[in-house]
Amino acid sequence: MLTINLAIFIPFLAAIFIPFINNRFKQTHIGWFILVVPVVLFIALLRFIPTIARGETYINSSQWIPSYGIEFTTYLDGLSMIFGLLITGIGSLVILYSIYYLSTKESLTHFYIYLLLFMGAMLGVIFSDNLMALYVFWELTSISSFLLIAFWYHRKQSRYGAKKSLLITVSGGFAMLASFIMIYAMTGTLSIREIASSIDSISDHALFIPALILLLIGAFTKSAQFPFHIWLPDAMEAPTPVSAYLHSATMVKAGIYLVARFTPIFGGGDLWFWLVSGVGIITLFVGSFFAVKQTDLKALLAYSTVSQLGMIMSMLGFGSAALHAGYSPKSVVYTQAVFAALFHLVNHSTFKGALFMVIGIIDLQMGTRDIRRLGGLISLMPVSFTIAMIGSFSMAGLPPFNGFLSKEMFFTSALNVSNLDIFSLNTWGTLFSVIAWGASVFTFVYCMIIVFKTFFGEYKGRHHENKQFEPPIGMLISPIILGLFVVGIFFFPNLVGKYLIYPALGHIFPSMTLQLDAYSITAWHGFNTELMMTIAIVLVGGFLYLTLHRWRGVYRLFPETRSFDAVYNHSLSGMEKGSAKLTKLYMTGFLRDYLVYIYLFLVAVTGGVFIYTGAFSFDLSQDSPVSSYEWIFVVIILTAGFAILFAKSRLTAILLNGVIGFSIAFFFVLFRAPDLALTQTIIETVTTVLFLLCFYFLPEWKKESSPPSSKITNMLISVAVGLIFIVIGLSVNSGNLFEQVSLFFEDADELAGGNNIVNAILGDFRAFDTMLEVVVLFIGGIGVYSILKLKKWKGEENIEGD
Amino acid sequence: MESVIIILAGILVMIATYLFLSRNLIRIILGSALLSHAVHLLLMAMGGLKKGGPPLLGEELKTYTDALPQALILTAIVINFAVTAIFLVLAYRTYQKTGTDNLNALRGFKDE
Repeated sequence: MLTINLAIFIPFLAAIFIPFINNRFKQTHIGWFILVVPVVLFIALLRFIPTIARGETYINSSQWIPSYGIEFTTYLDGLSMIFGLLITGIGSLVILYSIYYLSTKESLTHFYIYLLLFMGAMLGVIFSDNLMALYVFWELTSISSFLLIAFWYHRKQSRYGAKKSLLITVSGGFAMLASFIMIYAMTGTLSIREIASSIDSISDHALFIPALILLLIGAFTKSAQFPFHIWLPDAMEAPTPVSAYLHSATMVKAGIYLVARFTPIFGGGDLWFWLVSGVGIITLFVGSFFAVKQTDLKALLAYSTVSQLGMIMSMLGFGSAALHAGYSPKSVVYTQAVFAALFHLVNHSTFKGALFMVIGIIDLQMGTRDIRRLGGLISLMPVSFTIAMIGSFSMAGLPPFNGFLSKEMFFTSALNVSNLDIFSLNTWGTLFSVIAWGASVFTFVYCMIIVFKTFFGEYKGRHHENKQFEPPIGMLISPIILGLFVVGIFFFPNLVGKYLIYPALGHIFPSMTLQLDAYSITAWHGFNTELMMTIAIVLVGGFLYLTLHRWRGVYRLFPETRSFDAVYNHSLSGMEKGSAKLTKLYMTGFLRDYLVYIYLFLVAVTGGVFIYTGAFSFDLSQDSPVSSYEWIFVVIILTAGFAILFAKSRLTAILLNGVIGFSIAFFFVLFRAPDLALTQTIIETVTTVLFLLCFYFLPEWKKESSPPSSKITNMLISVAVGLIFIVIGLSVNSGNLFEQVSLFFEDADELAGGNNIVNAILGDFRAFDTMLEVVVLFIGGIGVYSILKLKKWKGEENIEGD
Repeated sequence: MESVIIILAGILVMIATYLFLSRNLIRIILGSALLSHAVHLLLMAMGGLKKGGPPLLGEELKTYTDALPQALILTAIVINFAVTAIFLVLAYRTYQKTGTDNLNALRGFKDE
């Protein structure tokens, strides 16, 4: 039997073979081979329906990173079943549609590789039980969506849309990852099933609220909820099959899935309720309100998708109240909200997929999808018109289409919420019904725009020369099938309810015993408030549609420059400019500035730590006495040192440096270090010679012309550095922590056969240092030689540009 | 004696730092030479000064000065010499190529 683990990898495997197949069968459209994959998966999933409907679940586990508790576990239950069927089912139809939509001149291998990548990732998201596996697949959907949006990468708008969607969804994905890590910190497991069973013990945990909010940010960005909805309209630059598949039916529902999956974990509290239903209802209204404004059909559908997703999200929020109320005959009405959410999820996928495909056909046949240039297509494209009408009327919530049922159920749940006496809903709850009704009016208006502005009115034929209007039949198959589903679900809603949605409910409300009878859907339920609301929507919406030209000016109150898109664009360019400014501010290109930073940091950190820990200690009692010889050399060195600062000529400076070097050699004599004195004398001589040689070629020593203020800064910094050096040196010298180790080396005669202890250390005890020191000298010699000898750069281009 | 040497080294560090912050390439190289002198002095002072004879076993002495810092300084002197040589040759080549030893003029691309 095909396990779900393997099923997820079938699309990925198929993606690998696409280039080979394409090379082998150049005559055939590659899509026909791809079509096999989702169809097989769909049929394989269909076979699970009877057992899933009985409440069984399937778990397959395989090791991935066992040491971190990361397993690749798949979990097939009622909830993932709905999504699995949508992904594979609509995936099949979309691929069939794309075979006719995309010509063989396009880079089809890329298209189908990305699409299969997306399909596999999406299946991974919904079937994964392990949080980390879920996150991996989640990001993979973002990436494949990015690739698909920018499929026509030579267009600037495509690249813009792809970047925007990637930035927003990946930021959300990061928030979700943080939330997952917090969940792991709270529960110690990454398995969603185990987390759900141990949730009672963590709901008081300090990380509970942050994890909840971050998870919702992930879900809201993916599902284009307010205010993260801005990426979806720009993602419409993708080819239409992609818009139909990713940006209406599947990927944008990943957030819905996440919220539904985590409802048993986080749901039940008022924060979850208010965030999910509140954001959902705002998204519903904003999406439907701005959809009316659009003139591009795909943009209109994008806003309508945003709005419908908000509706599903708000219903999930309403349903979470049931977890708070606990099981009672009364709280069943809240679980009905989740039932309605999942029901509308299925419905939305059917009618929105069909609508996108029809608009793709219109775009392809007429060369435009601008409403202002379309009209009068009803007699030219009767089949497309029928499908568009079915889809739009269903979206508007009219009978006899499935949208009517879900809209009625939506109103029922919105009305029920205001009866709830928790979360202070009895005061604010009514707002939900009011906003829901208002949003539905706008939904009705834009649905009418799709149908009447496109297919009715005057035919504007001069804009194109295409004579064959109805597309090839193959292109129409997929939207026809979806249209049949739209009508079919209206007449047999309980089939969907019983076999798909009811099994999922048990996993969202694991603690409750739910009766199937409570969830039967009837198309006719008497004259009640919901029906009155729908009738009012038709009346008010119809009136608003007919007077559209009169109140369109209202949208001028919401100019583009103040939209969330503008906020996104400004913040992006603002960040770029800000970081450029910041970098320019401190990266001046002047060595002195960088040295000042380094010294200030040194002074602040070492000095700060010194003062903070109070580590000063001066103990002069251990000091050996100072003789007059030594005082003389101290004075010589100090004089020479300060004189360097005031030296007029470089020759003076170099001789003064020599004086210091030879005085130090003298100190080495006084300090009983004969080898050091020898070396210092020789090295100092050679260095002085080198300096003098170099000076022969260098220009005259110029007077420092820096402004007095920077001279004072330099002085302050150097005094501070010197003082810190002195203070630390003295304090370290005063505290004798342990005896010296050098007594060991005094056995040099026995151990190494040498009388000179220093030489024994250099050549025997610690000869490794010496060897590498020789290497340094060697490299220095090669360096000097090559810097002097290499003449190649003379022919090079002058990079300074002067 | 140790305290005096440490203070002396600190003053040398002060002078070296001041030289580092100047615009002239040669001043910076001189600063690095002075800084290395200061560090050698510090190493020496930290090992204790004049606490015994020179570290030569043939002298038949009871105590010797600490030989380890001397070995360390010897290594440091040689490495420092190699680095100074490289610096000087670099300064020479830089001047040959760009015609200046002013660091403010050596700022790379002008309109960046």
